[in-house]
Amino acid sequence: MIANALQQIGRRTFDVLATMGFAVMTYMKVVFGFSRMSVFVPLLIRQMYVVGVQSLLIILVSGLFIGMVIALQGYQVLVSYGAEGSLGPMVALSLLRELGPVVTALLFAGRAGSALTAEIGLMKATEQIASLEMMAIDPLRRVIAPRFWAGLICMPMLATIFTLVAIYGGKLVGVDWLGLDTGTYWSLMQAAVEWKQDIGSMLIKSVVFANVVTWIAVFRGYHAVPTSAGISKATTETVVQASLMVLGLDFVLTALMFG
Amino acid sequence: MINKDSDNLVVVDGLTFSHGERLIYDNISLSIPRGKITAILGPSGIGKTTLLRLIGGQLEPDCGHIWFDGHDVPQLSRKELFELRTRMSMLFQSGALFTELDVFDNVAFPVREHTRLPESVIQTLVMMKLEQVGLRGAHHLMPSELSGGMARRVALARATVLDPELIMYDEPFTGQDPISMGVLVSLIHSVNETLGSTSVIVSHDVHEVLSIADYVYVMADKRIIAQGSPEQLRQDQSEQIVQFLKGKPDGPVPFHYPAAPLEQQLRELAGGESAGK
Repeated sequence: MIANALQQIGRRTFDVLATMGFAVMTYMKVVFGFSRMSVFVPLLIRQMYVVGVQSLLIILVSGLFIGMVIALQGYQVLVSYGAEGSLGPMVALSLLRELGPVVTALLFAGRAGSALTAEIGLMKATEQIASLEMMAIDPLRRVIAPRFWAGLICMPMLATIFTLVAIYGGKLVGVDWLGLDTGTYWSLMQAAVEWKQDIGSMLIKSVVFANVVTWIAVFRGYHAVPTSAGISKATTETVVQASLMVLGLDFVLTALMFG
Repeated sequence: MINKDSDNLVVVDGLTFSHGERLIYDNISLSIPRGKITAILGPSGIGKTTLLRLIGGQLEPDCGHIWFDGHDVPQLSRKELFELRTRMSMLFQSGALFTELDVFDNVAFPVREHTRLPESVIQTLVMMKLEQVGLRGAHHLMPSELSGGMARRVALARATVLDPELIMYDEPFTGQDPISMGVLVSLIHSVNETLGSTSVIVSHDVHEVLSIADYVYVMADKRIIAQGSPEQLRQDQSEQIVQFLKGKPDGPVPFHYPAAPLEQQLRELAGGESAGK
């Protein structure tokens, strides 16, 4: 009985370590294994359109509403201390330091990450990946690398767009609706936001999140059991694991940068 | 290690392969002669497709050798394996066409990847291949607009576009209507003759395969149970071969999944119910 339990624990540990090792090896091949530039660049541009441009709508709408909600809630608190003039810095700093990269990564995992996993999983189930291998074409270079790099490039851009739209949403509520002075909103924000600490932290966080979310998405798809149940499980795992990793890593990065 | 055999393009020697804890092949050996059509027949689920994947180096055997023109496939590095695969191709059961590319681009795909031919030459080459499978007029269609038979023919054009030495067909006739099946049979035969390539067909469609194969292996129970020319197999009177070739529902391959005798099980069920009351 105890021997069986130990055997099971050992086997599971070995499986987890093997999967992690395989994931790291595959990551290295994807990051450093480009195909010919004339082949890679068109594939990259197409994937940037799929994961980036097609995610724009959800990013724009979410950004606008989140900025408006932060401004509305913030105003209620700040006005009771007579500090409503600080609404601009509050909106900008909370978005730049936390909400911008984090919410973008969560939305990206749900919108683009799940789609990447399902697409790659289906390519595996319909033997497209196997046929590439049999044509002597490395699927890691042809299928995985362009999708991974597209995610890596697009997510910081999406986080920036999200943050800008949210700041504008904050202005719509704070200035246009609640009557805060326009000059106060923008000038105090300008004075409070620092390039390195605030904008830099947003970019660092979104690059780290882009790595994690896109990698989990493509790896889960590539490693999916090629059945409908397997692909469904892989897609769910992508969203759950990527979201948890983003939230966990956000705490670690915040502690490192601001702690 | 090189083991040249001028008569055979592929030689499988003492191959054992397991999938997890399930043994698929137990020390099998076979040869695929150059320029001929060799068929591998057997019931569903015995791992016929697995054999093609082993020859293509997509799976690694537990032990044994798989020689392709003198190269031991399992021993090759990834780079060497990819170089070797440019000399072989595979027609997958599903066709495995790329869903985001149209028929023309699907067939042109391997040419664009592996050669630097000008686009005008690629266009001529692809159109000739599509003409050969009767689908030149469908070059602009997307895979979702093709019937199953048409998709298989496009896949055949793609598999032969670089004139490979070895073409492996994975269940090419499965799920096809009689007309498509007839078309595929004659296409496989004509492709083999025109290109002078070596063909391996894995299938359980006995009549179609026996009509075009030069040599046949029959697999069952993790091993090869018979081999010979189609005529020799038709003469074979062993129970297993007769059951498989004539499609008899019961025989050495039982109709019933192993279970306790029906009477005994019914008695047990009745006993359990009365005890419950």
